[in-house]
Amino acid sequence: MYKFKLALRYLLRRKISYFAIAAVALCVFVVFIVITIVAGITVNFKGKVYNSIGDCVIHTKSLVGFGHYEEFIEQLQNEPYVYAAAPLVKNYAMVSVDQETKEIAGIEPVSFSKVTGFADWIEYHKGDVGNVFQPTYDVNLPGCVPGIGCYFRRNEDGGYDTPEQLRQIALEFNCIPLNAKGAMSRLGAGDFSSKTFYYSDHFRAGYSLDWKRIFLPLEEAQLLCGMGGPDKRVTHIHIKFNEGIGLEEGTSKVKEIWGKYLEQKKGVINYKLLENVQVDSWKNFSKAVVAMAETQQTMIIICFFLIGIITAFIVLVVFYMVVSHKSKDIGILKSVGAGQVSILSLFLSFGFMIGVLGSAIGALIGWPFIVYINEIFDFFNIQLWDKRYSSILVVPNEIDPKVLSVIIISAIGACLLGALLPSWRAARMKCVDTLQVTQL
Amino acid sequence: MSDTNTILKAEGVFKSYRMGQSDVKVLKGANLSIEQGQFVGIIGASGSGKSTLLHILGALDRPDSGIVSYKERDLNRESTGRLNRFRNETIGFVFQFYHLLDELNVLENVLLPKMAGCSAFGWLVCRSAAKKRAKGLLEEFGLGERIGHKPYQLSGGERQRVAIARALMNEPEVLLADEPTGNLDSETGNGILEVLRRLHDTGQTVVMVTHDDKVAEWAGRVIKLVDGMVEEQAWT
Ligand SMILES: Nc1ncnc2c1ncn2[C@@H]1O[C@H](COP(=O)(O)OP(=O)(O)O)[C@@H](O)[C@H]1O
Ligand SMILES: [Mg+2]
Repeated sequence: MYKFKLALRYLLRRKISYFAIAAVALCVFVVFIVITIVAGITVNFKGKVYNSIGDCVIHTKSLVGFGHYEEFIEQLQNEPYVYAAAPLVKNYAMVSVDQETKEIAGIEPVSFSKVTGFADWIEYHKGDVGNVFQPTYDVNLPGCVPGIGCYFRRNEDGGYDTPEQLRQIALEFNCIPLNAKGAMSRLGAGDFSSKTFYYSDHFRAGYSLDWKRIFLPLEEAQLLCGMGGPDKRVTHIHIKFNEGIGLEEGTSKVKEIWGKYLEQKKGVINYKLLENVQVDSWKNFSKAVVAMAETQQTMIIICFFLIGIITAFIVLVVFYMVVSHKSKDIGILKSVGAGQVSILSLFLSFGFMIGVLGSAIGALIGWPFIVYINEIFDFFNIQLWDKRYSSILVVPNEIDPKVLSVIIISAIGACLLGALLPSWRAARMKCVDTLQVTQL
Repeated sequence: MSDTNTILKAEGVFKSYRMGQSDVKVLKGANLSIEQGQFVGIIGASGSGKSTLLHILGALDRPDSGIVSYKERDLNRESTGRLNRFRNETIGFVFQFYHLLDELNVLENVLLPKMAGCSAFGWLVCRSAAKKRAKGLLEEFGLGERIGHKPYQLSGGERQRVAIARALMNEPEVLLADEPTGNLDSETGNGILEVLRRLHDTGQTVVMVTHDDKVAEWAGRVIKLVDGMVEEQAWT
C-alpha cells in the first residue's frame, strides 16, 4: 500500500521522473507514428497487388501458355469455395507511336472484374465494364485499355490530366506469335503479327501496372500471340475465393483439383504445356514485390525497436539517480521492517507508473497527430516526396489498435526492465551507513 | 535481576568495518543485557561504536560474531524475512536526524510501520484502526493539528516527536533511540527526553544512545562503551 503511495509521490516530487516520462512519451509517439505509416504503406501496397491478382493464380512462366483452360475454369466455378475464375493472356508487344514495349494482358472484362478490382480502375466505362473495349467514339472499333500512366503525364498532386471526353487514339500492336511448340509461328517478312487497337478507356491500379500494362480483349490477345485457334491457350487463370475461405486452404484445394485435372488430361494435345503450370496464392505469386515491402517493414520495425532499448536505458539512468538520492529512504523503510521484496516492488511500481504515464501521453499526442497527419503536412506545405513518381499519394493514417497496444505494452515493459537493475540494487542496499551519522 | 525479565541481550559481540586495507574493530566482545521496562542510556565517545551496537540490537545489522537474542530467541539464526518482521513489530527506531520520508505527510509517516507490515488487503482491513492510533499518538505529542503537514514544514523538535510517534506505531517492545536530542537545542531536547521518560513511566523499554552525559542522566541505567566493550556506569 505505502509502496504505491510512495512511488506516486516520488513520481510527482522528483523533477527527474518527468524527464523519464517525457522520454517514454517521445519514444512511444515516434514509434507509433512510424510503425503506423510503414504498416499503412505496406498494407496499401499489398492491397493494390492483391486487387490486381485475386486470391490464387494458375500460371506458367512460359509465354507459350497452356491449353484446355476453359474446361478447368468451368470445373473451378462448380467448386463451392470459388467465387470466380478468369483467364488471362500475358505477353509483350511493341506499341506505336514510339514502339515502346508494353505488357499486354488479354482478359474477358466481366470475369476479370469478378476476380480483381478492374471494374473500379477504369474511367469512362464505370458500371459498364463489359463494354470497356468499345471506344465511346466508335463502338465498332477494336478497343484497348492502357494503364493511365502509359500515355498521360502525372501532375504534382499525383493525379493525371486526362481529357473529359475520350479522344480517338490509334495504337498499333506488334507481337511475336509463338506456336504451341514455342517456335515462331510465322517466318519471313511477316514475323510480327500486328493489329491496330483504339484507345477505349484507361485504368488506374495505383502502382507500377499503370505505366506498363495494356489490357486487350482475350481473343484479340490470343490471336496476336499465336494462342488462338482450336487449341486456345492462356498464360494465367486468376481465381477469387468465396468469403471466409482461407488463402492457404483455398490454394491447396485448387492445387489438388489441378493435380487431378492433369491426371485426367494425360495424353491430350499439348499435354506437355500443362506440366509447366503452377498454382500459387497471390502472396507467393507476387513474392518478389511483396516480400520487398514486407522486408522493409520488418527492418524499420527492428530499427525502432532499438529506440525502445534507448528508452529502457534512459529509465535505467533516471532510476539509478533516484535510488542514489533515496538511499536514506530505503534505510528508513528497512528500519521499519520493509523487506527486499517490498523495496523492489516499490521501485518497480515507480517504473511501471513512468511507463504507463509516458506511453499514455505518447499515444494521446500521437493519435490525433496521425489522424490529421495529411492536414498537418498540407498546412505547413510540406512535400515529403514527389507525387508524380510515387504510387503513394497520401500518408497512410489508419491506426491499428493492436499495434498501439503492443507499443504501449512494450514501452511499459522497457520501463520495468530499465527499473529492474536499480531497483534490485536498492533492495539489496546495506543502508545502515545511510542512517549512521558519524560526526559528533 | 532475574533472567526471565531480560528482553534484549548481547553476548560477546564483535563487529568491525573494512576501511581500505585495514579492519576497524568497533565492538570487541560487548556484553549487554536489557531488562523489560528499563530506560538504558548508552554513552561513549564519538566513534566508539554506540550506533553500531544499537543497530545490532535492533537487527538492522548483524554482528561478526557473538550472540544477540531477543527473549532467548537467537537473532543470528533468524531469516532476513523474520528479522524484517522483528524490526517491524518489536523494535521502534528513533534517529538523530529524524529520518522522516519527505514525500509523505506527518500522518503517513507515522502510519508507515503499519503499512510496511501488512499486505495491501490487510491494510484495507486495519486502516481505520491504524489511523486512529496514529492520530492518538500525534495528539499525545501535541501534533494533532499538524497531521497533514510535510516534514519540512515542522521544526526539529516537532519532527523528532513525529519520529517517536512512528517508532511507537506498532507498539514495539523496545524503543531504540540514537542521539534523539543530538540535533536539537537543549530546551527542545529536554522536551524529547521528557517524552521518553513518560514512555518509560508507562512501562516502555527504552534504549538511548548519546554522547552527552547530561542527556544520559535522564536514563535509569547508564552504560559506557569503552574500547569496544561495555562498562556499567550508574543505576538510579
Ligand atoms: N558502514 C561503515 N563502514 C565503515 N566504517 C563504519 C561504518 N559505520 C561505522 N563505521 C565506523 O565505526 C566506528 C563506530 O561508528 P559508530 O557506531 O557510528 O560510532 P558512534 O555512534 O559511537 O559515534 C566509527 O569509526 C565509524 O567510522
Ligand atoms: Mg552514532
